[in-house]
Amino acid sequence: MSRPAGADDAALISLRGAALSYGERVLWQGLDLDVRPGEFLAVLGPNGAGKTSFVRALLGQRQLSAGTLTVLGRPPHKGSRHIGYVPQQATLSAQAMLRARDLVRFGIDGHRFGPRPRTGAVRRRVDEVLASVGATAYADVPVGLLSGGERQRVRIGQALVTDPQILLCDEPLLSLDLHHQRAVTELVDARRRSHGTAVVFVTHEINPVLGLVDRVLYLARGGHRVGAPDEVLTSEALSRLYGTQVDVIRVRDRVTVVAGPDEAAQEPHHPELPHGVRP
Amino acid sequence: MTLADGIWQQIFTFDHYGELLALVRNSLVAGAALGLVGGLVGVFVIMRDLPFAVHGISELSFAGASAALLLGVNIVAGSIVGSILAAGTIGLLGSRARDRNSVIGTIMPFGLGLGVLFLALYKGRAANKFGILTGQIVAVDTPQMSWLLGTSAVVLVALAVMWRPLAFASADPEVAEARGVPVRALSFAFMIVLGLAVALSVQIVGALLVLTLVVTPAAAAARITASPVLLPLLSVVFAVASIEGGILLALGSSIPISPYVTTISFAIYLVCRALGTRRARKWGAARATV
Repeated sequence: MSRPAGADDAALISLRGAALSYGERVLWQGLDLDVRPGEFLAVLGPNGAGKTSFVRALLGQRQLSAGTLTVLGRPPHKGSRHIGYVPQQATLSAQAMLRARDLVRFGIDGHRFGPRPRTGAVRRRVDEVLASVGATAYADVPVGLLSGGERQRVRIGQALVTDPQILLCDEPLLSLDLHHQRAVTELVDARRRSHGTAVVFVTHEINPVLGLVDRVLYLARGGHRVGAPDEVLTSEALSRLYGTQVDVIRVRDRVTVVAGPDEAAQEPHHPELPHGVRP
Repeated sequence: MTLADGIWQQIFTFDHYGELLALVRNSLVAGAALGLVGGLVGVFVIMRDLPFAVHGISELSFAGASAALLLGVNIVAGSIVGSILAAGTIGLLGSRARDRNSVIGTIMPFGLGLGVLFLALYKGRAANKFGILTGQIVAVDTPQMSWLLGTSAVVLVALAVMWRPLAFASADPEVAEARGVPVRALSFAFMIVLGLAVALSVQIVGALLVLTLVVTPAAAAARITASPVLLPLLSVVFAVASIEGGILLALGSSIPISPYVTTISFAIYLVCRALGTRRARKWGAARATV
């Protein structure tokens, strides 16, 4: 619906030889990646591997230190209405004195200065989006009174209100219970299937999205692996990426990554490979 | 009994009310402007968790006003200079909430100390000194009025222009930034607007009680609504009611205006809190039935 005709196969996001570093420390480099319409890309990796920096680069908030990045055919720029963004729920202020519907409306005109009267078209669009994410029942409830899962539903509505071609989610499941994790991932999945929206989903916990993911971008130790989950989430692939023995254990449809003793000893408070192991 | 009667008469006196009313006409106009400014700014003070900053800025505003009193220059201008210095410092040094509180806690006692120094050196009327701290109503003369109204206009225009992006940035800074809202610039701009609003409030309710105009009305309104139209409207109504009610009751008594304003403001808050509890239950129930 929102896709330009004939553009189905063109990459919405394209990286060539892309690198990002903080001073001396290289987060990732030599990254070649194309994300196509309707694709679900999960970005995995330990804390500090540059997952959030990857998202910031796509949002135009961080410059690459090398290589090229195009988003929708041009260099990324701040404030694009073609990109929806959903961060973790805790970044939404509990003191925000707004209703769920006001938050969704910010997706349309929250960045505009000066008084803007509420039009019927805006109100209808907000109602429509609230209904599509199942948030109609609490449309008029202050966001401070919503549960974490309800907030994330509303935020997905906010991100989708401009019919974006790309949806960036940065740890959207953090501190949600299982039920809400499933609800949020289903919303995201339904969207990409119905509208061909490309999804970039940063998470430290692969299991809630494992069944939906087309490809995985695994960032670690200044290196990366891109591929289908079955290719990347293997003991061999991750051991090579980390440069040490790493075991990937599959139990039914769940994946758990277990680091060797050296890894565990290095970062006792932040396990190097946290995903799959529920706190 | 007679003692109690005496105190009561000190608090509420309505002799010669008509003549006195004419004297405070300026103050009533200034009060309305202040209520408007305080009620609107308060919405963001609560959203951005800045009540402590308000208190810190008002102490430096007090220092500025007492310096002006000592030097014999315009008190409103002095209080604005103090406010802007404080607000600018807090805005620059304390962009993160954790840093902010320690920055405020550091500059606030310094400002209060300076203010006390200037007042100690001042040899004029004691009522002037006391007024800066606890408020005054008859002291608003015509040059001060133009300062008050002019500054109010600046604050109102600034708020009208940045209202929506500021609300977005206050509620959800990360998403706002991703959508192209200049979050940091707005944060600093709001601190300056807040500084101006505080300097205005100091003139009427005094430096110690600015929170009663800039925080309480918005906090009360937030208990009963989250509508982006109704919330600022109610906040303004509560602020104006508190200050005008305070002026009218304080008229003729020998007591400063602030206890009247703070009491009305607090009473409104209590009523809204009680109403808000019922409201929250309704919101909870609305979702439980789905």
